[in-house]
Amino acid sequence: MILVWLIVIPFLGGLLCWQADRWGEQAPRWIALGTMLFVLVISLWLWGTGDFALQAEADTPWLLEWRADWIPRFGIEIHLAMDGLSLILVALTGFLGALAVLCSWHEIGNRIGFFHLNLLWILGGVVGVFLALDLFLFFLFWEMMLVPMYFLIALWGHSGSAGQTRIRAATRFFIYTQASGLLMLVAILALVFIHFGNTGELSFSYEVLLNTEVPEAIAPWLMLGFFVAFAVKLPVVPFHGWLPDAHAQAPTAGSVDLAGILLKTAAYGMLRFALPLFPEESAAFAPVAMVLGLVGIVYGAVLACGQQDIKRLIAYTSISHMGFVLIAIYSGSELAIQGAVVLMVAHAFSSAGLFILSGQLYERIHTRDMRIMGGLWGRIPTLPGFTLCFVAASLGMPATANFVGEFMILFGTFPTAPVVVVIASTGLVMAAIYSLILMQRVHFGPVYRQGALAGPDWREYGMMLALLALVLLVGLYPQPLLDTTAVMSGTVAELFAGGVESLAETTGEVR
Amino acid sequence: MLTAADLLTLLPLIIVGATAVVAMLVIAWRRHHAGTALIAGTGLVLALLVLPVTSTGSPPLMQVDGLALMAATLILVSALVTVILSHHYLSGYIGPREEFYLLLLCATAGALGLVASDHLAMLFISLELLSMPLYGMLAYSFRAERSLEAGIKYLLLSAAATAFLLFGMALIYARTGHLDLAGIAGALAGAPDAWMLAGAALMIVGLGFKLSVVPFHLWTPDVYQGGPAPATIFLATVSKLAVFVVLLRLVLAAPVFHNEWLQAVITVLALLTMLGGNLLALFQSNLKRLLGYSSVAHFGYLLVAIAVGNTLAIETTGVYLVTYLVTTLAAFGVVTLISSPFGGEDADGLPLYRGLFWRRPYLAAVMTVSFLSLAGIPLTAGFIGKFYVIALGVSDSRWWLVGGVVAGSAIGLYYYLRVMVTLYLPEPGMRRRDVTNDWGSRLGGVTLLALAVFILVLGIYPAPMIDWVQGLSIG
Repeated sequence: MILVWLIVIPFLGGLLCWQADRWGEQAPRWIALGTMLFVLVISLWLWGTGDFALQAEADTPWLLEWRADWIPRFGIEIHLAMDGLSLILVALTGFLGALAVLCSWHEIGNRIGFFHLNLLWILGGVVGVFLALDLFLFFLFWEMMLVPMYFLIALWGHSGSAGQTRIRAATRFFIYTQASGLLMLVAILALVFIHFGNTGELSFSYEVLLNTEVPEAIAPWLMLGFFVAFAVKLPVVPFHGWLPDAHAQAPTAGSVDLAGILLKTAAYGMLRFALPLFPEESAAFAPVAMVLGLVGIVYGAVLACGQQDIKRLIAYTSISHMGFVLIAIYSGSELAIQGAVVLMVAHAFSSAGLFILSGQLYERIHTRDMRIMGGLWGRIPTLPGFTLCFVAASLGMPATANFVGEFMILFGTFPTAPVVVVIASTGLVMAAIYSLILMQRVHFGPVYRQGALAGPDWREYGMMLALLALVLLVGLYPQPLLDTTAVMSGTVAELFAGGVESLAETTGEVR
Repeated sequence: MLTAADLLTLLPLIIVGATAVVAMLVIAWRRHHAGTALIAGTGLVLALLVLPVTSTGSPPLMQVDGLALMAATLILVSALVTVILSHHYLSGYIGPREEFYLLLLCATAGALGLVASDHLAMLFISLELLSMPLYGMLAYSFRAERSLEAGIKYLLLSAAATAFLLFGMALIYARTGHLDLAGIAGALAGAPDAWMLAGAALMIVGLGFKLSVVPFHLWTPDVYQGGPAPATIFLATVSKLAVFVVLLRLVLAAPVFHNEWLQAVITVLALLTMLGGNLLALFQSNLKRLLGYSSVAHFGYLLVAIAVGNTLAIETTGVYLVTYLVTTLAAFGVVTLISSPFGGEDADGLPLYRGLFWRRPYLAAVMTVSFLSLAGIPLTAGFIGKFYVIALGVSDSRWWLVGGVVAGSAIGLYYYLRVMVTLYLPEPGMRRRDVTNDWGSRLGGVTLLALAVFILVLGIYPAPMIDWVQGLSIG
């Protein structure tokens, strides 16, 4: 039942925020903050009390499970379950959700209640995605978080860089994700009906569908249906068109949610659904996916170097980082998958930090254009120092969480795909280049305008410190994170190895 | 001969017909707007109330089965909502208002007959009984040029479509010597010949015109835009629903429609309709035209059911029609409410709706919910409908049609989102048309709020509706 509450609380909190508008400006903010902290506390409590070592021996891989009939006609259930991976991501959602509320404390000045309604509903949808185990329910949450995100970008976004309006960016985001989502729905339905044809049982349950025997001619297409939906969200390079614009036009809270959590739903979807449901097809597809990951790493890094808009720059670095995650997932090695989880968490912290910092800069100098920044180091106290820390994290400096993640990914992938690792490593060099470009153009260099600017207040200071502490904590002592997700990555790696084996058998037969 | 049991089966139709007669007599005796509306409403409610006790049966020329009962329920509900919205709308109309309800009742009776017809003669008579009053309804505010244009356009093109339909029927009759569906099905043992195929194709054209299937959709935008809002609602819901149900009945009964060649034609028509409707709607700035094209697209999705034509197709049709009706009634309802009371021209320009949320949050919420449902976003009724259509296509491996539905939905998002975000943009300083302040306490307003809630309930917990439709589609 606690899983249901994790999803319901943000939705109720959102409604309350909407109505709280009439009690004054601050009421919705405090309610939203309280709601997200509540979610965070629940998930931390679950983390603290759950025994993840036992999970390996138990018959069920789930820490908690809850199910109820929903649409019996199609065998659709409300089936929620939590394992280590979803627990960590839910906790991350709670934390970044609270940060998103905090960072828009001064930025959002109008229609505050409605803003927080949208914000909390996105987070509720995301928690639903992380917990849903029924494919129909998963799809439902997957699509549901789009609507409030659309409103967030379209109504509170910045009409920024040349010719791009925020509504266009929002529409583009929505159409990309919704259209690819429908492909996933088709794939889900095809899988369900194939299973129905095999066994006569109509069910959308993940565990039931897990071992469906799909005809060889159709299986790759179904796998692609899932992959495309996740690839758009991750984003993988040919499907990334929506991301830079959506980030650039979104309000800070929207960017934090997008980069910190929404992109992670895609990686989660691959780990939970695309790989386990189609291990053999995924193994066959792995080389393509890895090449796409490489393209993403290089493309994102190169384009990041050429951006004038600070938020677009950070957006392109996300594409680059997610390329690493994609490679790790399709390498199928346990170490690399664990690294992917660490990098997901690390990237959530570092990119959220950078987006919040650029939001704070925007509040002070009212621009995101790096051509008219420069020399801010001397003008703003403290903030440039924080920027340096997060930039260091983003480029994968040892002692930060990103370093651990990238290192594990490269190490884990090397035995299966050494060439890929060699090329991916150049991404680390390019990460250093774009990170330093960011630092140089914003905070060093010639001073563009004189005059001191306000330093961070306690709220901004607190957010930065908390993020920084977490980046360092995960970077220096990642073991708790690894222990929690060990069972999950072990299972996925095992399934993938099985896929590779049967693939080798079939190709051997053909020869 | 009619037996007592047949009379019981026909009771809803009889009640609606009698209400029309009563309304006519009352109008002749004394004109009273509210009174006439009340009579029409009462008649429809009575007919709805007797529906659950109505048994299935087959009176002469008709076949009252589960499908007919389901369609009758939906028709009566839509007609009732139209009456409720018409009352407020027409209260600003100068000239005779009462006849509108008379026309509406006659058309409803036609629709009730149409969905139960088991004989081509019955099909034709009811279709005309449905269409004739619609000409009058569409041209009701005939002093406005557009309304008159809409009525005449619909009349002329409808006549052409009827000619196609009759020609098709004649060919089938010439070939089989039967007009009843069972007879036609029975007379066709072997493969159908060219005459039979031509007859069936012509009938699809005739009915496809009423459903505004691309390429027979050209009348749709002008008629939707020109007709008074309540007439447009009736056209978009009752008329389309009844014609679709009879088309489905034809396809299920007559094996000629399962011919390979005709199947290909239907598939192509479906693809054209879902893509064409959505593409044409993309850049509309008139809400009524936009909704017109959107309904074209929605019937394109529904044609998947016609193409597949099995038991699941009946269920899909039922579910999709329920979701489509609720959604369309809510969307058009808001337009009607803002246009009420009648003031010469309907409030259908998209700029009029800018910032509606900040003036009328609940009304804008109704509109948002209905547009989300039209776009097929989860947690709304529209998603369940779309889910059914895709499931039907996938279960029968119609990949082209499934691809069309996906592509159409993706294109459609663009204009649905455009309308939705308009509601939330900052309000311009100019004075705009608005609903009357007491809209929420009026029956029309309450109905709209109820419809919006219904859309959400159907989207969140569709199991009861699915059970209902499933029960009726088997029976």
